[in-house]
Amino acid sequence: MSEIGTILSRLDWSPLFISLKTGVVATFLSFFLGIFAARKVVKASPRVKAVVDGILTLPMVLPPTVAGFFLLLLFSRRRPLGMFLYHELGIKVVQSWLGCIIAATVIAFPLMYRNARAAFEQIDANLVYAGRTLGMSDLRIFWTIVLPTAGPGIASGTILTFARALGEFGATSMLAGNIPGKTATISQRIAMVIQDGDYLTAGIWTLIVIGIAFVFIFLMNLISGRVLTNVQRW
Amino acid sequence: MALEVNIEKKAGSFLLKTAFACGTEFLGVLGSSGCGKSMTLKCIAGIEKPDKGRIVLDGKVLFDSEKKINLPPQKRHVGYLFQNYALFPNMTVRQNILCGLHFEKDKAKKEAEADRVMRLLQLEELGDLRPSQISGGQAQRAALGRILVNQPDLLMLDEPFSALDYHLRLRLQMDLKELLKDYGHGIIMVTHDRDEAFRMCDRIGIMDQGRIQLLKETKQLFRDPETVSGATLTGCKNIAKAEKTGDHEVFVPAWNVHLATREAVRDDLEAVGIRAHYFHPTARQNCFPVTVVREMEEPFEWVTEFRYEGQSPEVPAVWWRYTKDRRLNEPPAQLGVAPANIMLLYPPEEG
Repeated sequence: MSEIGTILSRLDWSPLFISLKTGVVATFLSFFLGIFAARKVVKASPRVKAVVDGILTLPMVLPPTVAGFFLLLLFSRRRPLGMFLYHELGIKVVQSWLGCIIAATVIAFPLMYRNARAAFEQIDANLVYAGRTLGMSDLRIFWTIVLPTAGPGIASGTILTFARALGEFGATSMLAGNIPGKTATISQRIAMVIQDGDYLTAGIWTLIVIGIAFVFIFLMNLISGRVLTNVQRW
Repeated sequence: MALEVNIEKKAGSFLLKTAFACGTEFLGVLGSSGCGKSMTLKCIAGIEKPDKGRIVLDGKVLFDSEKKINLPPQKRHVGYLFQNYALFPNMTVRQNILCGLHFEKDKAKKEAEADRVMRLLQLEELGDLRPSQISGGQAQRAALGRILVNQPDLLMLDEPFSALDYHLRLRLQMDLKELLKDYGHGIIMVTHDRDEAFRMCDRIGIMDQGRIQLLKETKQLFRDPETVSGATLTGCKNIAKAEKTGDHEVFVPAWNVHLATREAVRDDLEAVGIRAHYFHPTARQNCFPVTVVREMEEPFEWVTEFRYEGQSPEVPAVWWRYTKDRRLNEPPAQLGVAPANIMLLYPPEEG
């Protein structure tokens, strides 16, 4: 027991905050990007839909290391985009917290997008038609009718997105690296301490991750259950 | 004419090709499911886009394929009552109605108008309820309220009673007819229910396979439905191919009988129709020996299937329907029908 106490007292808590910050920001970005993309795809013609849907879902299907490799190619300072960002705008993606966010967003985004799309496609098209014949603008229909009606799907998409972003490992380690206090997330810290044979520290971090995940899912279910009174119980 | 429609739209193997006009009247479109009724309404509302043609409402061009005009639904000012009413499930009844008033900027006016329509439609008590908590009839009124506050220049009703319990329909039909009496614009209702069409509509168009075959005043249509689909859709149970054999006489091969008609027979005669309740055991004309095949009792009527003596076996039996006070002790040996009740059916006119 004293051993755990010693570890806890000397534990570097930075991975917790880096993971949480990354998870929250990546979920925030995926939320809007996913809904935006889902809305566009639902309206698109079947052929366009098939192609765009494939591209948007790819990061979820590919091994995260492959996605990370692509991101590295894209943002490397030896490549045009990375060069431009670094030299013209002073933005560093590789080996930085921004890299953490980009990696987590790219990997978690498909979950938001797919859930939002499924929720939108479930909506009775007549609701949208009714809004249009009443003269409501498409934007207004979306915000006041489609989005609230799709609420449960959006909520579950958000939960999954956060869970995925919080635990992202493969792409993050390739793009952002594992710099203590900067880009070292909980997942990366766990992998590192296990390599060092420090199973006790790994166990402590594992418990922390389980705790966070559970609390967040519980909170989201609570919120969505309360807000979405139009959901029928069966 | 308030509304003029002349459109063509291909959907798969189905071709919608319809042309009609609607004034300040209650116009019915009667057709079986899949005949293109709803598609026609959706084209008028701007939900579907026709391939070709023109739609004009009160002089305003809603759609014109040649001039490349296709107004979005928002600019057409056309009310559409959906079959499932399409109330927004995330809003209360009152919020739904306020959606129809989104154009009104003055908050006091907006609330007052919502109050007025809710009173008119007896929705005051339901204002705070959600669509899932109200009955079908109430949902219909709420959806109608949402449309009426929106002040559309045309009202379209898509099978408005099909989602309601049968025993409620008659009352709701009366309510709706009374409510819309002073509406002052055209109303188009599509339905497959001939009773509903008869009760509600000033004129009725018969729609079959994407075309409006004929359009006439309701009572005239039921008296003379002109085509086979017209007779079928107005509920005629007995329709058989027929040949002209005289100016006022036809031969029906399936039943093997010659029938006298009141109307003069045209050369292009296709079939005859006899409504099930037009037969009579004591009729003096068109009277032939029959054999009753089977019977079924209804609450206030008897339905009988019979065959003419010379009727070939593969031809379906003929229907006869009569009220219970006309019930005889024994099934009749012969049945007749007045010449005036022989409906002459011709091929639909092209175009």
